[in-house]
Amino acid sequence: MMKEKAVPASRHFWRRRVAPYVFISPFFILFFIFGLFPILFSLWLSFHRWDVISPMEWVGLENYMYLLKDDWFWQSISNTIKLGLMSSIPQHILALILAFILNSQLVKFSKVYRTAYFMPYITSTVAVALVFQIIFGTRYGVMNYLLTPLRDYNWFQQLLTWLDLTFPIEWLGRVHTIKPTLAMLTIWRWTGWNMVLYLAGLQSIPHEIYESAKVDGASNWDLFWRISLPLLRPMMTFAVTMSVIGSMQAFDEPMVILGTGGGVGRAGKTTVLYLYQTSFEWMDFGTGAAMSYLLFFLIIVFSVINFRFFRRER
Amino acid sequence: MTMGSAFKQKTQKTLLYAVLTLGLIITAFPFYWMFVLATLSRGEIFSFPPKLWFGDNLVTNYNNLLSFVPFFRNIWNSIYIASMATVTTLFFCSLAAYGFTFYNFKGKEFLFGMMLSTMMIPGVLNTIPWFIMMRKFGWVNQPRALYVGGMASAFGIFLMRQYMEGAIPRELQDAARIDGCGEFEIYWRVVLPLAGPGLGALGMVTFIGSWNDFMGALIIMKERTTYTVPLALRSLQGAINTDYGAVMFGTALGVLPILIAFLLASQQIISGLTAGAIKG
Repeated sequence: MMKEKAVPASRHFWRRRVAPYVFISPFFILFFIFGLFPILFSLWLSFHRWDVISPMEWVGLENYMYLLKDDWFWQSISNTIKLGLMSSIPQHILALILAFILNSQLVKFSKVYRTAYFMPYITSTVAVALVFQIIFGTRYGVMNYLLTPLRDYNWFQQLLTWLDLTFPIEWLGRVHTIKPTLAMLTIWRWTGWNMVLYLAGLQSIPHEIYESAKVDGASNWDLFWRISLPLLRPMMTFAVTMSVIGSMQAFDEPMVILGTGGGVGRAGKTTVLYLYQTSFEWMDFGTGAAMSYLLFFLIIVFSVINFRFFRRER
Repeated sequence: MTMGSAFKQKTQKTLLYAVLTLGLIITAFPFYWMFVLATLSRGEIFSFPPKLWFGDNLVTNYNNLLSFVPFFRNIWNSIYIASMATVTTLFFCSLAAYGFTFYNFKGKEFLFGMMLSTMMIPGVLNTIPWFIMMRKFGWVNQPRALYVGGMASAFGIFLMRQYMEGAIPRELQDAARIDGCGEFEIYWRVVLPLAGPGLGALGMVTFIGSWNDFMGALIIMKERTTYTVPLALRSLQGAINTDYGAVMFGTALGVLPILIAFLLASQQIISGLTAGAIKG
């Protein structure tokens, strides 16, 4: 401290100019080592055949060509997109409705509800997947237990026939039920998170707007459609983009519940699951890297579409 | 007329509460049942109708769990990795945020924007080369593999900057300089002590994220003794005659600390997790 005072003014000036660069440098150093370099290396790798042990072999676009003709790859893309839609759409609709209710001041203890709904987000996907696996068990699960009383009704039987199901429902054992079941897990886990985002967006809308609309005779329905939704658009763009990026990379849940195979008929095999299998089980890192770039390309496309969609309606 | 509208309002309210309560039951049930399952035997878990109340197999499940995996070692690994991730993240992110908030320098806007844009890069692009690098570094099975790369996360820097801008007046920097503080000293002695709530939120978020990380740990940790909690649970489930009572005991035990932390500081955690979105 004493020495500091004796330092000439020019040195102070110099220190003040350099200090901020030093303070922010850890991010950039770490990003170059653990972010940028791996991404570029991955691109390089995607033009090679490599199992980590033997030397890298240049194959040009072969990995990409292989994937574009690979049925499993396309199936994984279609699985990922379907799973993403099945989980994202209900999740955002539910989140919007819940956020609107909690923000409307019609109910008490809204903070308690907010905390409770947010809770699933903090648990590890592995833990959640293990519990859901038992909830959706065919012969012992709670889900089928809850549906048991309906078994005697005719309309329920017809519904099951129409859905090509038999009771007890094999939630995780049939090709066409695997994805909806996984989606329910995702909806359970993420609705609260999105609700909190929407709630934060709603809270930034001044209450006077609602009050004056009510004076003009607007119903709650009008308030939701005419005021809340339009003003929430920026937040929706953000939240949906996050959902797109997240659901295109779905891995944890299918991995824990179904394993790298992806379940019956590979119905739950997402692209990242396939990428993991290709790279870390078959040791084909070049194809894995190519897959990650194709997926990245798709994520960009979907993000742009989503962005356009929400902007145009404004 | 007024009778009618009062009645309407009452039904509306009842309906809203019904919806909210149903949501509450659906949200809470898996948590509740997780703890119930932790006290049941394998036979009871696979019985029909399912048992919805606590059993008396807790101790057996505990013993079985420990005979399959070194679970306390796994918990320790998780605590160690999550703590290291939290401490380093808090330091590097708040330091960078201090740099971005309290100084004007050439290229500041550009560098900040570049940092933010890195948040949009999907993690999957990194997975394979990251694993290969970790092998080259000799970091396979090393806890540091799971926290060093994320020590200065863009999200953390952004969050801390948001907090500092709103809560810490810039005049403090000048005052500290007049008192003869060096640039790092200002951060360490003046800014950091005032950043408490922001650090708390970021710390919670980092800890939870690290505690729950699955894919990173799956790729790096290859020995039972180096497994984190999610990996240990997953490895149990893979066995042929999986003892689900033991698995559920481990699951509940692994969720419990995070659940308690969340219930104690839920407002901070929620605001921390959503801060990035609200201003962005």
